[in-house]
Amino acid sequence: MKETEKPEKGNQIIEEAAQAEYKYGFVTDIETEVIPKGLDEDVVRRISALKGEPEWLLDFRLKAYRHWLTLKAPTWGHVHVPEIDYQAISYYAAPRKLKKGGVEDIDPELKKTFDKLGIPLEEQLRLSGMAVDAVMDSVSVKTTYRERLAELGVIFCSISEAVKDYPDLVRKYLGKVVPYTDNFYAALNSAVFSDGSFVYIPKGVRCPMELSTYFRINAAQTGQFERTLIVADDDAYVSYLEGCTAPMRDENQLHAAIVEIIVEDRAEVKYSTVQNWYPGDKDGKGGIYNLVTKRGLCRGDHSKLSWTQVETGSAITWKYPSCVLKGDHSVGEFYSVALTNNWQEADTGTKMIHLGKNSTSTIVSKGISAGHSQNSYRGMVKIAPKATGCRNFTQCDSLLLSDTSGAHTFPVIEVGNDTSVVEHEATTSKINEDQIFYCNQRGIPTEDAVGLIVNGYAKEVMAKLPMEFAVEAQKLLSISLEGSVG
Amino acid sequence: MLVIKDLRASIEDKQILKGINLTVKPGEVHAIMGPNGSGKSTLSAVLTGNPAYTVTGGSVEFYGKDLLALSPEDRAHEGLFLSFQYPVEIPGVSMVNFMRTALNEKRKYFGQEPLSAADFLKLMREKRSIVQLDNKLASRAVNEGFSGGEKKRNEIFQMAMLEPKLSILDETDSGLDIDALRIVASGVNTLKSKDNATIVITHYQRLLDYIKPDFVHVLYKGRIVMSAGPELALELEEKGYDWIKEQVDSQQ
Repeated sequence: MKETEKPEKGNQIIEEAAQAEYKYGFVTDIETEVIPKGLDEDVVRRISALKGEPEWLLDFRLKAYRHWLTLKAPTWGHVHVPEIDYQAISYYAAPRKLKKGGVEDIDPELKKTFDKLGIPLEEQLRLSGMAVDAVMDSVSVKTTYRERLAELGVIFCSISEAVKDYPDLVRKYLGKVVPYTDNFYAALNSAVFSDGSFVYIPKGVRCPMELSTYFRINAAQTGQFERTLIVADDDAYVSYLEGCTAPMRDENQLHAAIVEIIVEDRAEVKYSTVQNWYPGDKDGKGGIYNLVTKRGLCRGDHSKLSWTQVETGSAITWKYPSCVLKGDHSVGEFYSVALTNNWQEADTGTKMIHLGKNSTSTIVSKGISAGHSQNSYRGMVKIAPKATGCRNFTQCDSLLLSDTSGAHTFPVIEVGNDTSVVEHEATTSKINEDQIFYCNQRGIPTEDAVGLIVNGYAKEVMAKLPMEFAVEAQKLLSISLEGSVG
Repeated sequence: MLVIKDLRASIEDKQILKGINLTVKPGEVHAIMGPNGSGKSTLSAVLTGNPAYTVTGGSVEFYGKDLLALSPEDRAHEGLFLSFQYPVEIPGVSMVNFMRTALNEKRKYFGQEPLSAADFLKLMREKRSIVQLDNKLASRAVNEGFSGGEKKRNEIFQMAMLEPKLSILDETDSGLDIDALRIVASGVNTLKSKDNATIVITHYQRLLDYIKPDFVHVLYKGRIVMSAGPELALELEEKGYDWIKEQVDSQQ
């Protein structure tokens, strides 16, 4: 008597994958300057003082802090954010040896970290043609390629430097798209944000290279509150990439970022994220809480903002990269792949707010749920009464890889006039055993077959990523899924 | 190459195969015929290792190896190919990517380097002409939006790419018009050699006009109840299966 091998092998693959380690889970042993845990006005003042900020910014932070005190954490998401003790977190951690200078001045341990992550800080890696701003814990470490960009008038630097060097620009735009009153986490970020990237593309300039930021949380029990501000002036273009990793730690870590984007007349911004924060272990222990507010304002006529995200990390994801389409004929796009495995929870989607006439938006969301995870799409398409002739197309697909995972959609559609057209399509499917066997029969093992099928499912979104990121994201999808089907 | 002895298999506790015996040698073409529900497709599924089925007894040797101990993908690498009755669609996965993955998995199994992109595309061009599959089909997603005929041609194209030792064609003629049937059959005949073998599973004589079998077996109630030369297929076409059913049922 003999059983076929298959079921047993399936289990074995699950075992292996469950034990597979998060590749980026190393901790760098460098001296870190951490201010004591806890949050009060003094801490806010101290962060501001440590960074040598002007009065107006301290004032902004204090207002945000005072407002935050009046708010409660939102509970409407389909995620279970446990009560966070905000007094048990340190709000500022900086690698101690950081000082101004060239690559050779960077702490060797820190450089090793970024090398492990494959971030091109060094000259030879500049061949990849990407300008990189690397943020470790709270401080921006090094911005490559700055001089070349400066020749074009492109500003790409850490937001702390921008506050010093371009105070008028920062003051003009900071908090204008995401005011500190926006939500609980936005208020918190506005009070304690430590660093992040600032991009300004002047009128008529097409940024000749991808701009890229890598965020990494290293120090224990710290939160990361970075703030990104991107401004594309009239007729400008930029493609911006964001990558994220964190070490494996048993306790959860908080990440509450803000990204604000302003797009002027005929300008275009493409913002791509590959989010791979530590998702926690197979029992749901540890992992990052990724509670992020991302929003862009298409202020100019014929302006365009395109969000592309591949989300595979974090224990909890709560983010809705949105477009406020204020300009006439402005265009908003949101392409998302969100993959959850084990006990991860993701509640992600977008808001497309049509205020300008003839503005159009496209939403393509692909959710993939494996293990015991919960994956939700939450979206809003709102067309103001005066925004005539608008169009939206939404495609919202869910793929279930296990019986114990969940896929949910929460769409809201409000159309204020009768000349606009809104289309919404949604599907939910299970990964098909026939597809896997078909691949098996052609010699492709189950794990690779699942990777192939899921990448095929996500193709429409992956195709929107810049080439070098697309390859990385494809691998990431396959790795994150290892053994999720049995 | 293939020796099946007393093979028994079930699905969800329902016994389908009740002791199959069959020997296939290189260069041979075997046709397996039989009424609906006799276990023809189950046999192909069990041989290729479909996890939906449980083997409950018997043995299968493939070139001296215990076939049933191998994973489905290793069975494929060893040279077993199934042309599916209902080829599945895999949206978003291009035929190029799919075939390249499959072929390179096979090469890896035999310790060979992956094929370069240029060599692979050249091979693809060469092989797709066998079943007159045009370039557009080859670059589309696996079976997505293919017509019934295109799907079956695509199966034979994959067979040409993977160069199996034993091919099982599971009702490859179903849903084909006469032109597509000719193309598919001529593809199969082109690929035929003295070193490989084919098992043709079919209801009808029609396909066997084009792919000439050396042996014809009748499967009924999970057993091969009759084996003979190609003339048996003609007799079945004429008389149907009832006389065999009666014969078998009366013996029980």
